[in-house]
Amino acid sequence: MIDYFIKRILVMMLTLLVVSALVFIVIQLPEGDYLTSYIAELESQGEAADPQKIIYLQKEFNLDQPIWKQYLLWIGGILRGDFGRSIEYDLPVIDVIGEVFVFAIILNASVIAFIYIVAFPIGVYSATHQYSWGDHGLTFIGFIGLATPNFLLALILMFLAKKFLGISMGGLMDPNFENQPWTFDKVVSVLEHLIVPVIVIGTSGTAGMIRRLRANLLDELHKQYVTTARAKGLSNVRLLVKYPLRMALNPFIADIGNLLPQVVSGSVIVAVILDLPTTGPVLLDALRSQDTFLAGSFLLFISLLTVFGMFLSDLLLAVLDPRIRLTGGIAK
Amino acid sequence: MTDKLAHFVSQEPFNPMKVDELTPEQEKFYMASQWKMMWWRLRKHRLAVWSGAILFVLYASILVSECIAPYGLQTRNADFIFAPPQKVQFFHEGEFIGPFVYSLDYRLNMEILRREYADNQDVVQPLRFFCRGDVYEFWSLFETDFHLVCAAKSGTFFFLGTDRLGRDIWSRMIYGTRISLTVGLVGIILSFILGISIGGAAGYFGGWVDNLAQRAIEILRSIPELPLWMGLSAALPVNWSPIAVFFGLTLILGLVDWPGLARAVRSKLLALREEDYCTAAVLMGAPPRRIIYRHLLPNFMSHLIASATLSIPSMILAETALSFLGLGLRPPITSWGVLLVEAQNMEAVELYPWLLLPAIPVIITVLAFNFFGDGLRDAADPYK
Repeated sequence: MIDYFIKRILVMMLTLLVVSALVFIVIQLPEGDYLTSYIAELESQGEAADPQKIIYLQKEFNLDQPIWKQYLLWIGGILRGDFGRSIEYDLPVIDVIGEVFVFAIILNASVIAFIYIVAFPIGVYSATHQYSWGDHGLTFIGFIGLATPNFLLALILMFLAKKFLGISMGGLMDPNFENQPWTFDKVVSVLEHLIVPVIVIGTSGTAGMIRRLRANLLDELHKQYVTTARAKGLSNVRLLVKYPLRMALNPFIADIGNLLPQVVSGSVIVAVILDLPTTGPVLLDALRSQDTFLAGSFLLFISLLTVFGMFLSDLLLAVLDPRIRLTGGIAK
Repeated sequence: MTDKLAHFVSQEPFNPMKVDELTPEQEKFYMASQWKMMWWRLRKHRLAVWSGAILFVLYASILVSECIAPYGLQTRNADFIFAPPQKVQFFHEGEFIGPFVYSLDYRLNMEILRREYADNQDVVQPLRFFCRGDVYEFWSLFETDFHLVCAAKSGTFFFLGTDRLGRDIWSRMIYGTRISLTVGLVGIILSFILGISIGGAAGYFGGWVDNLAQRAIEILRSIPELPLWMGLSAALPVNWSPIAVFFGLTLILGLVDWPGLARAVRSKLLALREEDYCTAAVLMGAPPRRIIYRHLLPNFMSHLIASATLSIPSMILAETALSFLGLGLRPPITSWGVLLVEAQNMEAVELYPWLLLPAIPVIITVLAFNFFGDGLRDAADPYK
């Protein structure tokens, strides 16, 4: 178990390192950097940029160094907890990202929890009542949920809420609570505003999860050991919970590797539409204004979220399934 | 000593066909090619067939978008800004007179500073069919002004309303279909090629090639697709022409999407390369390329096509999302996502809800692709 744990951590570190290099390349791809657009902006306003300031800024952000050196400086800084400075906000990146990222984690964790809580009972019901009306109905709804693009769903819900309820659904809390210290009421307000985005982001994931759990459980239910157990007189519930469900649960948890990137992707665009102060809007701005450090840290953080999520699911699997502990591989 | 074994010899002439003489239907079934059997199987899947038909109509429409659209892509009707959809009517004062619309009366309400439109029930504007309207260049080949439907002379026909520049949304949606649907196709072709090559090499050679490919797939899959797409498309130079941006975008979509396909190819190849016929091909001196493409791939081509069909909608959606965020296609290239940019402003949408309508073809297309792909996947293995 310890061996497996250490191996997984090493793999995770290596993955993150490669991801960070990839992210850095992606961020450096656009022609020019923030300074060139900054100078252009100044010139368009009829002001000449102060050459002294330009040189100072170049030094400050290491823009005069070759790319690979910039990368090493960047990654070295991150390892020491220094994420660089956002040029746009003129603040350390960590200050810009901090609160935003906490919200992003809360949002994504709630979506994952929502998906599991909803998908589990429905999936089990669908499998045990195969081809019943309930199963057909749920499958059909699931199909629609799977195929409906979440950001369009968000757009339509926003419109309906505005049109018929006269409320604006955007934001993460009531405007009154913004910049206020955390109180019980504020937490309640945040929770209320979380409901819609969680449902919107989680719909397609839930639908997919239901379909997979149903398929897995059906596979197990048709195996001989189930028939044997039933012939021996085990009660239905006890039989289900004791054997096939535990087998079907395995892929259910392993699936988090597919689920997490999907959820994080969805939350980025839904956050832009619903105007949630999470990763979406800030990342979009940072990308548009070529704020290298900010955008890079965001992409890295988002990837960290998924990589770490997968790591957790692997550990959970190892706890759940002795075969994985033994061989150190993932039973698929 | 024993007698010779007694055995029966039939006196009738020998007919080797006699025992398993097949009925014509059976013969047809046994002689059918794999693709034919797939088609039979698919035909039973009603929803998939209907979805396929819808997709066929949509794709056919992009060949003649200009003819179907009543107005040109950039035609502005300065007098009809944010005009509401005009209902097509058939009966005027209880009398059937064919499809027509009532003319729109426009009034600027100075109190709330809002444009107000009302149907003028007295003026009937019958629609014209196979008519002359806005001039356009058909596939940049020749100039013509033929349209399937147009408004009455000096009348208007805004089936789905107009936008802030007075452009007909229905026409723009028809033009947008062309771009939105091709983005998915071009992207999937690229991701298909990458997926088969990389997955094929990994599965066939195994060893370090496989290891490398596996790690690459894992890493690519651990980065959420949309933010990666956002980062890459933000890197497209601003001074590129819209066409270049279009191809750049499809390139990006394809580059990020291949790991799923590569994984499927790899796992199938791993199993298949142990088969005897594969060993035989190796012994006869066939190079790996030939073995992979000629002997192994055809085994699960149908599966690959089905899974490719299932990943086209995610590309269409990605393009829509990126364009919606202003990172994707830029006007004058018009896709459904570009049209939806107008719907970003909730205040405008509340007043002019028809700005949201371009979301409907997106949803229909995505649903159709999903149902069709699902049917294909079920039909992909007709021998089961």
